[in-house]
Order: sequence, then C-alpha cells, then structure tokens
Amino acid sequence: MILILFAVLIWAGLFYLNIRMSRPGAMAYAGALVPIIFGVALLVLWEAIVRGLSVPRVLLPPPSSIIVTVFSSLPLLFGDFVQTVVKGALSGYVIGCGAAVGAAILVDQFSFLRRGLLPIGNFVAALPIIGLAPILVMWFGFDWESKAAVVVVMVFFPVLVNAVEGLQDTDQMQRDLIRTYGSSYWQSLIKLRLPAALPFIFNGLKIASTLALIGAIVAEFFGSPVKGMGFRISTAVGQLNLELVWAEILVAAIIGTGTYGVLSYIEKRLTFWHPSQRERTKP
Amino acid sequence: MAKIWYRYGPVLVLALAIGAFWYLAAIALNANWALDRAERAGKTLGAVELVQETWSQKKPRLPAPHQVANEIYKTTVLKKVTSKRSLVFHSWVTMSSTVLGFAFGVGLGVLLSVHIVYFRVVDMSVMPWIIASQAIPILAIAPMIIVILNSIGISGLVPKAIISAYLSFFPVVVGMVKGLRSPDKIQLDQMRTWNASNADTFWKLRLPASVPYLFASLKVAMAASLVGAIVGELPTGAVAGLGARLLAGSYYGQTIQIWSALIMAAILAAVLVNLIGLLQRITLKRMGFVR
Repeated sequence: MILILFAVLIWAGLFYLNIRMSRPGAMAYAGALVPIIFGVALLVLWEAIVRGLSVPRVLLPPPSSIIVTVFSSLPLLFGDFVQTVVKGALSGYVIGCGAAVGAAILVDQFSFLRRGLLPIGNFVAALPIIGLAPILVMWFGFDWESKAAVVVVMVFFPVLVNAVEGLQDTDQMQRDLIRTYGSSYWQSLIKLRLPAALPFIFNGLKIASTLALIGAIVAEFFGSPVKGMGFRISTAVGQLNLELVWAEILVAAIIGTGTYGVLSYIEKRLTFWHPSQRERTKP
Repeated sequence: MAKIWYRYGPVLVLALAIGAFWYLAAIALNANWALDRAERAGKTLGAVELVQETWSQKKPRLPAPHQVANEIYKTTVLKKVTSKRSLVFHSWVTMSSTVLGFAFGVGLGVLLSVHIVYFRVVDMSVMPWIIASQAIPILAIAPMIIVILNSIGISGLVPKAIISAYLSFFPVVVGMVKGLRSPDKIQLDQMRTWNASNADTFWKLRLPASVPYLFASLKVAMAASLVGAIVGELPTGAVAGLGARLLAGSYYGQTIQIWSALIMAAILAAVLVNLIGLLQRITLKRMGFVR
C-alpha cells in the first residue's frame, strides 16, 4: 500500500513538473523532456502497482523484470530479430515499396488505368489483407519467404495509392514550364514529378513500415521455423512466460519507432521545401 | 452515359482483368497437382480437361472465383443463420466486436483529442507516445491480450474489441486534433468579440469545424477496427468469427473456406466503410459543408 502511495506521489510530482515545463517558453528542450518525464512516470506507476498489489506475473510483469529478461536473452532476441525483421519484413518492404512506386510511375502515364486503379487501390488498402497470411504461408512455405510475401502484399497498395496521388501533385503551370525547357519525359519525371510526389510517397512509406512489421509477425502465427518474433510470442504465451513476450514487444516497439524516426529524418532532408516541413512552429 | 463510363468504366475493366488473371493463376497454380494425379491414374490430360480439372479441385492451391462464390452462396443462403457453419453467423460475430471496438476507440479518440487541444501539458506529454504507440505491432500481441483478459475472467467480445479500439483510436485522435485546430485566428477572434465562453467556442465553432476531419478518420478507423477484430479471433481457439474460419481453414488446408472467409471480410469492410461514407454525406450536407 505504501508503495502505491509513494508511486502516486512521484506521479503527481512529475506531472506538476510537466505542467510547469509545458508553459510556453518555460525552458529549452521542454519539447523532448516532457514526453520522457511522462513515460518515466508511467513506468514508475506500472512497477509500483504490479509490486504493490502483487499482481501475478503471468498477468503483467513489472517493467524491471522485463528489462532483465531483455538483457538475459539477447542472443535469442537477436536471432528472432534477424529472422523476422531483416529476412521477412525488410526484404518484403523493399520489394513491395519498390514495386509500388514502379507501378505508380507506369500507371501515371495512362489516365484510364489511373482512374480505374485509384478506387480499387483504396478499396484494397482498407481490406484485412492480413487474412491472406495463411494462404501465402501455404504457397511459399514456413520460412521467411512467405513472410516477405505477406509484407509485399500488405505494403503494396498503400504505397501505390499514395505514389499515384503524389505524381499528380504538380499543376499545369509547372508541367508547361518544364516542357518549355524542352525536357524529355524522363527529365520531367525525375526533376519535377518525382520530387513533387515525395511527401506523398513518404506518407505511404511510413504507413507501410508499421504494416510490414505487423505482417511479418502475424504471418508467423500461421506457421514458421522455430525462431522469429511471432513464433516466440505465440509459444511464450503458451508457456506463460510473459516476460519474454514483453521483451519481444519492446524490441518490436524500438524497431517500429526507430524506423519511423529514420524515415522522418530522410523525409525532412529530401522534402525540405514542402510547407509541412518548413513550418516547424505551430500557431 | 459517357460520364458514367468515364467514372466506372476503368474500374469495371480493371476488375474484370483481375478476375481473368485470377482464373489464369488458378490454372497455373493447380496444374501440377492435376497433372500429378492424372499421371498416377495413368491418363493424359488434354488442355480442356486440364482447365476443367484445375478449376474444380476440392483443396486447390488457389480456388477459382466461381468455387469461392459457390461456397459463399452455400454457407450464407443455404445454411441456417444460427448454424456454426453459416458465414452469416461468423460475420455477425466479427462485426459486433468490430463495431464495439470502433465505438470504444472513437470515444477514447475524441476524448483524448479534446484534452490535447485544450491542455498544453497533455499535448506535449501524451502526443509523442500516441504516435509511438502505433509503431508497436499491437496485432502481434493480440494473442497475449486475449489470454490475459481471459484469465481474469473477461472473455467474449470485449478482448477483441479492446484490440480493435487500440487500432482505431489513433486515426481519430490525429484527424480530430487537426479538425479542432482548423478554425483560424479570425474566426476565434470573432468568437471572442461576441464574448463567447470557452464552452461556446467549443460547441459552436471548434466541434462543428472538426466534423469533416472526423468523418475522414472514421473510415480509416473502421477498417483498422475490422482488422483488429479478425486478428483478435485467431488465438481464441478458432471458435467463432471470420478470423476463426481463416485459422480453421489453414489448419485443415481448406483453401476454399479461407478464401470465402476473406471475401466475406472484404464485403464486410466495404459495407461498414460505405455506411460511414453515407453518414458523412448526409451529415455534411445538413451542416452545409457541401452545397
């Protein structure tokens, strides 16, 4: 009981600190510090509630023991990471996104195809594609190839729809101008329309990055060799080894946010001219 | 007429092309098995026989569209709705947890976004975590959530709905925050010159302004919610729902069953998303956004 009281006090204190720091112009780096403090407060509360109320470990392990598990099973986690993320998700992501952008450039040349593909692409993007996982596992076998195939199918349509829309995002004036310069189709594509499409493509790539991770992990529920994050999660749940499950989740979360961060960074470097990147300060 | 063709013609042609491609793929993928069986029986297959054979196998690698359509017809129209083999029954199970989770998610999303817009501290401390929360492949831990909630006595629709809610609250938060912030300075100043209270500004300016954004998010949220419900059904031991049908089908190699569950899920997604689209059109028209 004392532990919980203690945690609530710390929580209240940190929250007060956050309120003070979030006042406009209170201090530098508040934008980065405030969310970190919030996260720490959340962890403290979690740890104290689990220990204070002695919640059974099979329900919710405390964060400290999850961290211990992460460090004690690093080789295992790394093996799963290579199997699921590098072999399954990454290869599928590269193939799927590459194919989608290529298809978008092709489709963009024909107004007929574009008008037909956009509604269908939007429809398919809303479908529970993950349901294809059992079929693709049947076709491509249990190893990483089938996971990559699931990822390809999952990322293809969101990226395609965004890229097609992005390639349309130049107005007549700009296209006329580049024609008066006497540019060829490829020059106008590379110098005008692809750069103009980049914000849209990055939007698609960001959506696809989370989808890829989900696809690779969930596909393992339908059959996999005895390694991989999805396999580990489903077997560890069966053994009630919840610490290991949470450790895998932590790894997945770090990879997910890391990928998102890297993509945002590249986007910022490549599309510095776009209004959404120029206006960093919000009214 | 020309206008209708301009709008729907390309879609129709592409859909037909996909159908044709599907039939051809069915031949290509199922041919091996058919040839194998014919060889064992000591027969040789002509081209016509081969095509017939590949389009009518019992457990094909890829069932032909008419086989799937036939299976859907058999399991929806010909079976009693209450039967465990009826796809209507399974769709109903999935849809109810989808809608329940969607309602949870939208409620949570709207509540969060109002707090984010009105309290700077919430905006600064919670918003980055909300974005980070979507990088966690929640679907991957769906089985764990279901198992945990089952062990503390919560079972049935609610665990699945929680997964759906987790997936659907995010688009709502993002869209709603954008919408609540969409009134510009002039409009806010105008409210102030009328001596409007904070509550008045919220109910009469910010909330109505956010409605178009909300509806756009609701469509995404509904699709996400359906995916959550289906994946949530995978680990429950294949009891009921479209996800359970998928899993059962994959265990027993019943490809036709898998595809019919998939198509059913697609139909369900289309119906639910279009329902919101309809609601969107009616509401926006009555609110005067569309003339």
